[in-house]
Amino acid sequence: MNQRLSQLWGRDGTKSVLASLISILIGMAVGGVIILIVGLANSTLGLNSAWEGIRLAFLGLFSTGRDASGALTFGFNPVNIGDMLFRATPLILTGLSVAVAFKTGLFNIGAPGQYLMGTAVTLMLALGIPSETVPPALIWLIAFLGGTLAGALWGCIPGLVKAFLNINEVLACIMTNWIAANLVTWVFDGSDFRNLVENTKSGYIYKTSFNNVETAKLGLDQIFPNSQVNGGIVVAIVIAILVWILMSKTTLGYQLKACGANRHAARYAGIADKRNIVLSMAIAGGLSGAGAALYYLSGNTEFFWSTYQTLPAIGFNGIPVALLAASNPIAVVFTGCFMSMLDIVGQQITNLTAYNEYITDVIIATIVYLSAFSLVIKMLLSGRKKRRAAAEEEENGELPGDGEETVSFGQDGEPAVLPGASEAEPAQGPEESAPSPEESSPGDEGEQPGKGGEKA
Amino acid sequence: MTFLIQQTLLYAIPLMIVALAGVFAERSGIINLALEGIMIFGAFIGVLFVNLVQQAGVFDAAKEANNWVALQGFELMAMVAAAIMGAVFSLLLSFASVNLKADQTIGGTALNLLAPALVLFFIRIIANQNTLQMASGDAASWFMIKKSFFGYGRNDEMGFFGSTFIDKTYIATYICILVFVILSILLYKTRFGLRLRSCGENPQAADSLGINVYKMRYAGTTISGALAGMGGFVYALTTANCASTGDVAGFGFLALAVMIFGNWKPLNIAGAALLFGLFKCVAASYSSIDINGDGIFLLAEAGISPHFYRMLPYLITLVVLAFTSKKSRAPKAEGIPYDKGRR
Repeated sequence: MNQRLSQLWGRDGTKSVLASLISILIGMAVGGVIILIVGLANSTLGLNSAWEGIRLAFLGLFSTGRDASGALTFGFNPVNIGDMLFRATPLILTGLSVAVAFKTGLFNIGAPGQYLMGTAVTLMLALGIPSETVPPALIWLIAFLGGTLAGALWGCIPGLVKAFLNINEVLACIMTNWIAANLVTWVFDGSDFRNLVENTKSGYIYKTSFNNVETAKLGLDQIFPNSQVNGGIVVAIVIAILVWILMSKTTLGYQLKACGANRHAARYAGIADKRNIVLSMAIAGGLSGAGAALYYLSGNTEFFWSTYQTLPAIGFNGIPVALLAASNPIAVVFTGCFMSMLDIVGQQITNLTAYNEYITDVIIATIVYLSAFSLVIKMLLSGRKKRRAAAEEEENGELPGDGEETVSFGQDGEPAVLPGASEAEPAQGPEESAPSPEESSPGDEGEQPGKGGEKA
Repeated sequence: MTFLIQQTLLYAIPLMIVALAGVFAERSGIINLALEGIMIFGAFIGVLFVNLVQQAGVFDAAKEANNWVALQGFELMAMVAAAIMGAVFSLLLSFASVNLKADQTIGGTALNLLAPALVLFFIRIIANQNTLQMASGDAASWFMIKKSFFGYGRNDEMGFFGSTFIDKTYIATYICILVFVILSILLYKTRFGLRLRSCGENPQAADSLGINVYKMRYAGTTISGALAGMGGFVYALTTANCASTGDVAGFGFLALAVMIFGNWKPLNIAGAALLFGLFKCVAASYSSIDINGDGIFLLAEAGISPHFYRMLPYLITLVVLAFTSKKSRAPKAEGIPYDKGRR
């Protein structure tokens, strides 16, 4: 049992999960401290309201409003949980989008643009095909595939300029984001898709339910009554599993990851690195587009079309989702749900206290900041283990062996940690610069015993 | 023509100074993707400073007496405040990327996410809306230099030079140009500049000559943060009527593009910034640009969608980068955390 535990502890995936959990906790704590400082500094807010804000920041998902005496009440809230699943749907897909690009060594900050292009094409198809002649289910499928394809094509652009012209994909992505924002506004400006029936909604596109197109509920509305949840979350989870299979079980996935680990070595091994860069960005773009399609096909979401000054936050929030998940497609499902939970929390904070929803953005940003050096956190986590191993080495006079890395996967039933997690490297940026755990861990093992102590 | 030059300068100067901010960071070896976030933060601090000082009534007497020199001093103080807080904010990036050897791209992205979130959180609490404005009056009445200051009447002509570069301008524009020149000289003609640049090219060699790479990288990023914070406030002051909204419309990223287009060299950057400023100016005010003064608004009447003009700066950036990226020479060691044990 003890050995089992220590094996689990030694695995890289476990450390990734722990590092993410530590990032989350510190992020939440920073949010709480800011609420506390603002509450104390502001005479109209005070300590009591700060305490309410902090409780909501941590438990907002289970908030059920205020009781008659004005105190906050907590309990099972099906509306909150259903809405969380609904909002997690696009986040999971943009998270997958960023994660796939990460594995190929690319930083897909272009998810907002790909998301916007997916939105535009999905809405045009879903509203443009007459539902009198074509069955709505078919329209749904066409619109979903169209949105995915649009996202994929838009994602190709940064991929192409990165592969063939050597332009930094971060800059190319940012430029395509703003071009997409202007393009989408241009397309909808003056079009027939604008909602002119309800005159309070001048800046919006019709809901797809105007054309009888909406995602099936699959009975989820029975479990979470009055919430917005629909079958999209199931589609998102299925896509996450497909992406996991693609990345860890197929040749293409292996080639993509090889390009991410070392582009030049991959080319030397006969892998078409340029093709794989474009392909990776196309897959990433397609995933973002699919996220947009699932969000807007739900039937009761509206798109504000005059968007040339703002980019959708869902696209950017794919970055923390992927980073927290250490780019593991299955873990993205959970971190996506966590991020949308923060969204619900923000809503509860705005509705119930004098604070506002931007505190959850601060929490998210802090988490991203921490995941930039999650490698350091992981090193601190393994520091104790390393020291013990070093001590044993001194006693036995033999190498401790690479026991941490060679434990065969799947021995224990830990569902959240899948083999893919060991290759995932959250701090691995596009520059191939940060030492990856594969590089650094064996090096640390071989270090002199005296040096091991410095780590902690 | 006067209008075109003035508008172009309004957009070009913040771009230029923020691109120089990028140069200082990257020449020391740190990729500063956080320029956008630092600009947002600097703009917020500057506007907050103006707002608070106005509420305290420090400059009310000067405003009453039309003492424009004092008001210019007020503007300078706000710029300094924005620069200092921008530098402090950028310490988050240098701490992560120098001390913790974190991934600089992700660290920068984190700051880009953090700045608008923090700024909007505080603006909502301070102003109960999503925009923080000046407490009274507007940027033009408080800070703009007008010809009446120099004894010209309403109908007097100042000549082309005067009406273009003195009337209806902000002193911030010229301060930025001055700072740009001074810092460019610092980077190229002083010992400090040479050492800073060496840390971005070959930090191991620099270290072997007794240069403290960590200190130099801290210095580069901090100067970068100060410049970006100041640039952010100048942007908010001159183009957004001294209001902070937690957004600078992608200017920080445009500045990065300007920096790459300018090949990390100050003089080229100044030229690139002017070019981008021109496109940005066309995008913002294409309908009121009268190029040759014959009363025909050519761009508005050409029948091209305004959305196209708005898209243009980003489109041009992409195209220009496509043509120049093969020749561009980035600092060799940028983005690589310096580790003394490696060679």
